[in-house]
Amino acid sequence: MIRFDNVSKRYQGTGDALRNLSFEVDRGEMVFLTGASGAGKSTLLRLIAHIEIPTRGQVFVDGVNVGRLSKRQVPAHRRQIGIVFQDNKLLADRSAFDNVALPLVIAGVSDREIPRRVRAALDQVGLLKKEKLLPGMLSTGEQQRIGIARAVVARPRLLIADEPTGNLDPWLSLEIMKLFGRFNEIGVTMLIATHDLNLLNKVRGRRLQLGNGELIDPATDALIF
Amino acid sequence: MARNKQHSPMNQLTRWGQLHYRNCRDTVFALADNPIATALTVAVIGIALALPGSLNIMIQNARNLAGSWESARDFSIYMVPGTDLAQAQSLAKELQAADDIAAVKLIAAESALLDFRESSGLGDVLDALGSNPLPHTLVVRPAETAEAAALADLADKLVARTEVDMVKIDTLWVERLNAILDFMNRVVVIASILLIAAVIIIVGNTIRLDIQNRRVEIEVLKLLGASDGFVRRPFLYVGLWYGFLGSMIALFLLVAGGWLLSSPLERLIGLYESDINLLGLDPQTIAAIVGGGVLSGWGGAWTAVSRHLAAIQPK
Repeated sequence: MIRFDNVSKRYQGTGDALRNLSFEVDRGEMVFLTGASGAGKSTLLRLIAHIEIPTRGQVFVDGVNVGRLSKRQVPAHRRQIGIVFQDNKLLADRSAFDNVALPLVIAGVSDREIPRRVRAALDQVGLLKKEKLLPGMLSTGEQQRIGIARAVVARPRLLIADEPTGNLDPWLSLEIMKLFGRFNEIGVTMLIATHDLNLLNKVRGRRLQLGNGELIDPATDALIF
Repeated sequence: MARNKQHSPMNQLTRWGQLHYRNCRDTVFALADNPIATALTVAVIGIALALPGSLNIMIQNARNLAGSWESARDFSIYMVPGTDLAQAQSLAKELQAADDIAAVKLIAAESALLDFRESSGLGDVLDALGSNPLPHTLVVRPAETAEAAALADLADKLVARTEVDMVKIDTLWVERLNAILDFMNRVVVIASILLIAAVIIIVGNTIRLDIQNRRVEIEVLKLLGASDGFVRRPFLYVGLWYGFLGSMIALFLLVAGGWLLSSPLERLIGLYESDINLLGLDPQTIAAIVGGGVLSGWGGAWTAVSRHLAAIQPK
């Protein structure tokens, strides 16, 4: 599903964010990307979503070389990926329903189909009753769950999440991880960046540990729930 | 199979129509959410579009007035008294064949006397004269393309003929009026271009500010896989609505202005004993204002979107 071939990313002025990174994530796998702040986790996810392009090497998603995508092909590539952001990136002036509906509107799903799928996604994250509320009226955990509902509503084959529990308390963090586990069970490939090692000890999945832009421990299995 | 159905041309066309319908509807609501800002922008566009529109109507009316004076270009050829009617008819035929002449009307001396007798009420005086003092007269209407110099040459040639007593011609002032109107017409074209450029700049600047205000939303949309077209479309619709609503304001201003001016103008024209009907908005002018408004609004939005949208990329 995801393949990195000797990928390096250099930012001007700050040096290498990633160095000769090579790894694969199989379809249906749940992988945690760990490492301290500045280890390159976010950069790696940004390369997958074509928010950045590698300085060297190649990134493949579903066999497609992401770095070679033309400007016109990028939107379709991003539509295949569900992205969960640490800061949610919810639109403050739109209701929970409208925020979750965005990927469907972008994909051109019919007006009749959208409410059914949005409510199903909101139901999955347990926020069906709060569909009319603006993000500002929701707690941080609820906002994060709205962000997750938005990431999965278009039924992506791959879901990437950048520190999705960064702003949450341990109990809520575990709830979010369980939610990801449920999506993974139905076949969604997951790549989740987190620096919360305590949390990782409670969830199942392969770990990829980054340090100074390099892969330190490419295959360590974590504990089960 | 389901995937094939999703990508069928009919399905894609439906989705395309649905996206446009959504954008069209949502931008109306968005403009209605900011009524004061929308009204101010639309009013400025309306005034800018009304100015060339009003100038155009003024010129059309002036041309209409000048058209009613086209007969002033007519000139009269007075035959030497006692000339045979056949000679006058022959000259009329000769003139009719000339390129610069549109029409020739022969007024026979007898007919002129009869008209004069009826209209003047001086029948007794005319009887006392014993003979008809009026000559045969040819009233000549030059072709529209005929130039003043050519007509003056023709008049000189006619006067030189033995059977012609006098040629009365005075077209210079009409030529001058037409030249002024042609000049004003050019002024209207230039003013229209400048004011449409102003509308493009106004809409472009408004859309630019809108893009800046919605920077976060645009970034999120692009992150979620929105194409440039998807992001661009609502702004183009906003520009289109600005232009359309501005043109409606312009039409309202022109109708209201025409209504306020019509009464005193008609009185003024009446004092000159003219029966000219004032021209208002004709379908061409309405189409030009609405079309110009919509195109310039859309153009302004396109300019702003092309310049500023590409610069906003997800971070």
